[in-house]
Amino acid sequence: MTNELITASAADLAARLAAREISSAELTQACLDRTAAVDGVVHSYLHVDAEGALAAARAIDERRAARESLPTLAGVPIAVKDVMTTKGLPTTCGSKILEGWIPPYDSTVVTRLKAAGMPILGKTNLDEFAMGSSTEHSAYGPSRNPWDLDRIPGGSGGGSSSVIASFQAPLATGTDTGGSIRQPAAVTGTVGTKPTYGGVSRYGLVALASSLDQAGPCARTVLDTALLHEVMAGHDPMDSTSIDAPVPAVVEAARRADVSGMKIGIIRELTGDGFQAGVQQRFDESVQHLVDAGAEVVEVSCPSFTYALAAYYLILPSEASSNLAKFDAMRYGLRVAPHGIDDPSAEQVMAATRDAGFGDEVKRRIILGTYALSSGYYDAYYGSAQKVRRLIADDFTRAFEAADVLVSPTAPTTAFAFGDKIDDPMAMYLNDIATIPANLAGVPGMSLPSGLAPEDGLPVGFQILAPAMQDQRLYAVGAALEARLLSAWGAPLLHSAPDLTAAGKGA
Amino acid sequence: MSQATAEATLPFEEALAAYDPVLGLEVHVELGTNTKMFCGCATAFGAEPNSQVCPVCLGLPGALPVVNEKGVESAIRIGLALNCEIASWCRFARKNYFYPDMPKNFQTSQYDEPIAFNGHLDVELADGSTYRVEIERAHMEEDTGKSLHVGGSTGRIHGATHSLVDYNRAGIPLIEIVTKPMTGAGERAPEIAKAYVATLRDLLKALGVSDVKMEQGSMRCDVNLSLMPKDSTTFGIRSETKNVNSLRSVERAVRYEIGRHAAILSSGGKVTQETRHWHEDTGITTAGREKSDAEDYRYFPEPDLVPVAPSAETVEALRATLPEPPAARRKRLQSAWGYSDLEMRDVVNAALVDLIDETVTAGASPAGARKWWSGEIARRANDAGSDVPTYAASLAVTPAHVVELESLVTGGRLNDAMARQVWDGVLAGEGTPTAVADARGLELVQDTGALQAAVDKVIAANPDVAQKVRDGKVQAAGALIGQVMKEMKGQADAAAARQLILDSLTN
Amino acid sequence: MRMSELTRADVAHLAGLARIELSDDELDKMVGELGIILESVATVQNAPIDDVAPMSHPMPLVNVTRPDEVRPSLSPEAALSGAPEQDQQRFSVPRILDED
Ligand SMILES: [Mg+2]
Ligand SMILES: [Zn+2]
Repeated sequence: MTNELITASAADLAARLAAREISSAELTQACLDRTAAVDGVVHSYLHVDAEGALAAARAIDERRAARESLPTLAGVPIAVKDVMTTKGLPTTCGSKILEGWIPPYDSTVVTRLKAAGMPILGKTNLDEFAMGSSTEHSAYGPSRNPWDLDRIPGGSGGGSSSVIASFQAPLATGTDTGGSIRQPAAVTGTVGTKPTYGGVSRYGLVALASSLDQAGPCARTVLDTALLHEVMAGHDPMDSTSIDAPVPAVVEAARRADVSGMKIGIIRELTGDGFQAGVQQRFDESVQHLVDAGAEVVEVSCPSFTYALAAYYLILPSEASSNLAKFDAMRYGLRVAPHGIDDPSAEQVMAATRDAGFGDEVKRRIILGTYALSSGYYDAYYGSAQKVRRLIADDFTRAFEAADVLVSPTAPTTAFAFGDKIDDPMAMYLNDIATIPANLAGVPGMSLPSGLAPEDGLPVGFQILAPAMQDQRLYAVGAALEARLLSAWGAPLLHSAPDLTAAGKGA
Repeated sequence: MSQATAEATLPFEEALAAYDPVLGLEVHVELGTNTKMFCGCATAFGAEPNSQVCPVCLGLPGALPVVNEKGVESAIRIGLALNCEIASWCRFARKNYFYPDMPKNFQTSQYDEPIAFNGHLDVELADGSTYRVEIERAHMEEDTGKSLHVGGSTGRIHGATHSLVDYNRAGIPLIEIVTKPMTGAGERAPEIAKAYVATLRDLLKALGVSDVKMEQGSMRCDVNLSLMPKDSTTFGIRSETKNVNSLRSVERAVRYEIGRHAAILSSGGKVTQETRHWHEDTGITTAGREKSDAEDYRYFPEPDLVPVAPSAETVEALRATLPEPPAARRKRLQSAWGYSDLEMRDVVNAALVDLIDETVTAGASPAGARKWWSGEIARRANDAGSDVPTYAASLAVTPAHVVELESLVTGGRLNDAMARQVWDGVLAGEGTPTAVADARGLELVQDTGALQAAVDKVIAANPDVAQKVRDGKVQAAGALIGQVMKEMKGQADAAAARQLILDSLTN
Repeated sequence: MRMSELTRADVAHLAGLARIELSDDELDKMVGELGIILESVATVQNAPIDDVAPMSHPMPLVNVTRPDEVRPSLSPEAALSGAPEQDQQRFSVPRILDED
C-alpha cells in the first residue's frame, strides 16, 4: 500500500482529522489516487466525483480550522451506492434506462452524509435496480472481488463492498432488499448492516421492493459500521414507514463489545446441508469465540424459513413490477423509438424503451411480478406469499423469546466465479437463502468476516440477526467476535488480500 | 377525429315500456386542501405549468408519499355526511396501469378497504318525493396530470401528433364516491341522477371540503347504466360514460344511454361493456376503450404507506364538525322565513339560500331579502352568465346593503319606486343605499302642505274622476294618485296621497 | 395449479401489461425461465397458511400523516430537467392512443 491513510479505519481517521493531524483534502485525495490506481480492474465506481469530493473536503477543513464543532465523521470520505439520488450527480441504478439521469434532489441518506460533513467520492456499481447477487446484472459491467478478480464481489451492492475491500474508500452506503449489503460484505471480507426496516429513511432510495428495502452502512470494521449507521439512521417525515424513535445506541454497543450472559441462537434451518464446508467450519469457530467471550448458545428452529425464498421471489417481483412502472420514457431517462414504426404512439415508445432499457433479470422479475399480481392469480401467489411472510415473522418472534440474537453463515458459499450462475436464475437466488428472512420480517442483520474458507482461501461471512429496534445487539456481538478473531489472526483479514496494484499492471 | 355519428336510439317512453334502467354513479371530487394528497405541493388552480410539482408528485425515482392529514379528515367527514360506516382500519392500494399523465404509472387509491362504506343520501325530486340513493363506498385517491393534445383538431386526442403534459394536477386529493346500483327508478332515472349529483354537490359545499366546480373539473361524474327487461332481476351489460360534467348533462346522458341500450336490445343485439365518452355539444356518447381482460389493474396494498386506522374518538370528533345537512337546513329556513314551496324552490335553484340567510340574519325581513336578491340583480347576473352570489361578490354588493335599503323604506324616507332607483344606483357602484339616495336627491316629501296643494290641483283638473270617487267608486282614486305622484316627481308617499284624496272628496 | 403451465401467449400478454416489447427470442427464453422460477415459488402454497393473516408491512405502524402545509415545489426548470423532450414548460410525449 502506497498510503497508509487508505487502509486506516474510519474511526481512526476521524480521530486524526479531529486532532488536525491530517486534513480531509489530503485523505480524500488519497482515496481518489487509490481509485485511479485500482478501479480500472475492480470497477467499483459508475461515477467518480473528484472535484465535488475535494471541494467538500476543503470546506470541512476550513470549518475545522475555524474551530467549528463538527460531527464525528466530518471529513471522512464515503462512496454512495448508485441507487440513492444525489442532486447534481448521475444516478443510474446500474440501468441503461437511467443513463445520464441527474436527479434534482438528494435522498435523505445523502442529505445526512452531507450534514455530517462527509465528502462523497462517487457512485458505486450494482446489479441493475439492485436485482442480483453478483453485479453481473449491472448494465455497465460487473465489479470485481478484490480477493480474486475472476470472482463476484456479491450483489447487488458489489460496488460498495469492493470499493471498501479495495481500500478506495473507508466507508460506503448500501441497500439490502434480500441481502444486498450482507452478502457482498461476506464475500469480500468486509462488514455490513441491514438496519431494522424503517430505521434508515428510504426517501430518495430508488425502490426495488418497498416493503423489503433498507439502506445501511458498509465498512471494514464493526465500529466503523456503527459510526456510519448512526449518521444514516433516524426518523424522516418524508418516509411514512420511517420509525419515529431514537436510533439504537449502536456506537456505544460496538465500543463495549460485551456479550457476557447473552443468548446466541443458532438457526437450525440455516446450517449444515447446503453450506460449503469451509463456510460451516468458520461459522462453528466463530460461535465458539462467542462462547469464550461469555455468551450462551442455544439452538432455535424457524421451520417457515423453508418457504422464505419462494415468498421473497413473489413479493419482491410484485412490488418491483409496480415500482419500476415509472420508467416509461415520458418524464426522464431513456426514450427509444420502436423500429419500423412511423409516428409511434406513447404506448409503443414506452414498450420499446422498456425493452431496450431494462436488462434480462429486470424484465424477468417485472413479468413474474405482473403475473403474481394479476387477477385470478393474486390470492394463490402474492396473497400466499404475504401469509408465509407472517409465518416467518412469527418464527422470529418465537426464536427471539429463546435467544437475544440469532446467528448463521451469511451466504452458503464463498464468492463464486463470474458466469457460474448467470444463466441459472434459481441457483443465483439460492445465494440469498440466509439473508432473505430478515428482510421479510423487517429485523436487523449484520455480516462480518469470520475468516477464510480453507478450501479456497476466500472470505466467509458470519451473520447476526436481532429483534426489530434492537440493532445495537448486532454491534455488541459483532464487535466481541471481531476482537477475538482479530487477535487470533494477528491482523485484519483484508490485509491478506492480494495487492491490486500488481494485478492492475497486468490488466 | 370528427364527431362520430349518433347511434340508433329508441324513444325514451318506448324504452321504458320494455326495460328497467339500472343506474350507478361514480363521482370524483377534488378536495380543497392546501396541498396534494401525498406531498406538500400547492394545489392552486391555473398555476403556471409544472410549477407545483416535486419529486413525489412527478414520480421521480426514489420519492415517497406521505398522507395529507386533512385529506383523510375530509374523507371521513364526507363519509359521515353520507351516512357511511367509517373503516377502523384500511389501507391504500396501488392501481397499476400505464398512462402518460400518471407519473408513477399507478394511481395510489383504495381498493377493497375504502375509508367509508355503506351509506345513503336522500334526494328530493321535483314532485316533492324523496329517493334514497344507497352509497357503496367513498374512497381516497389522487388525480392525474393534464395533457394538451397538439396537432390534429385542436385539443382532441385523436389525430394529435404529440401531447404536452402538465403535472400540477397530479396528486391532488380526490374522493371517489360510488353509489350502489339504483333500481326501480324507471322514467325518473334521469331526474334522479341529476338530483343526486346536485344534492351531493350541495352537501360537499356545505362541508367546505371542495369548491365542487363541475366546469373546472373539481367535481366529475361517470354514469354507469344498464337495462334489464321488465320483470327481470338480472342486470344487463353496462356502459360507463365518463366525464359528464354538468348537472344538465348528467340528466341527458342517462336519457341518451337508456335510448341507446334499448335500441340495441330491442333489435336483438348485445350491449358492449365499454367506456363511453359524453359529447356535451351534440348530446350523444361515443365508444371509448372496450373493457377486456387487458384491464387488469393488479391492485395490491401500497407498501410505501401505512394503514389508516382512525380511532372512534377521532371519528366522533369529526362527526361533531358536520354542518346541518342542506336538505334539513332548507326545511328549517323555509319555515322560519315563511316562504311557499314555490318561493323556496326558486330561491334554492337560484343559489340564494346562503345570501338570504345572511341578509335575514343581518336584520332584513325574509320577504325583503328575497325581493331584492331575486329581482333586478338576478336578471343582471343571468345576463352576465353568473349566479347572484358570484355576481354580487363581483360588485361588492352585500347583505348589509339590503338591510340598509329596507330600513330606508320602513323608516319612511323612500317609497318602493324610489328604493328601486336606489338599488340600481347601488348595483351601478354609486355607493351605499343612503349615499345613492343622497346623491340622487331621493326622499319622500314629508310636507303635507305641498302634497295637499298637489291633490287640490289634480282634483280640480279632473272633475269627472273626482265625481266618481265622490259617488263611492273608491277605486277610481288610483288614477288621481298616479297624477299626484307625477306632480310630486315621485317623491311622495303614495299611501299618504291616497288618504288625502279620499279625505278631500268624501267629506 | 402448476405455474409451469405458463404459455408463450401468457408471457406475451404479461409483457403487454408490463409495457415491455419482447422480441420473439426473448419471449422464447422467458417462457422457459419463468416456468422454472414459477414452479419453485409456487411452493408458498404448500406452507401451513390457512387462517394466517397476510402481512403487507414489516412494521405495525398506522396513521402516519403530515399537516396540510405547503412546502416548496421544484422550479419548473428542475422539474423538466430530465425530460427527454419538452415544450411550453411541459413534458412532450408521443401521441396518446386513447383516453382512459
Ligand atoms: Mg377512481
Ligand atoms: Zn409534489
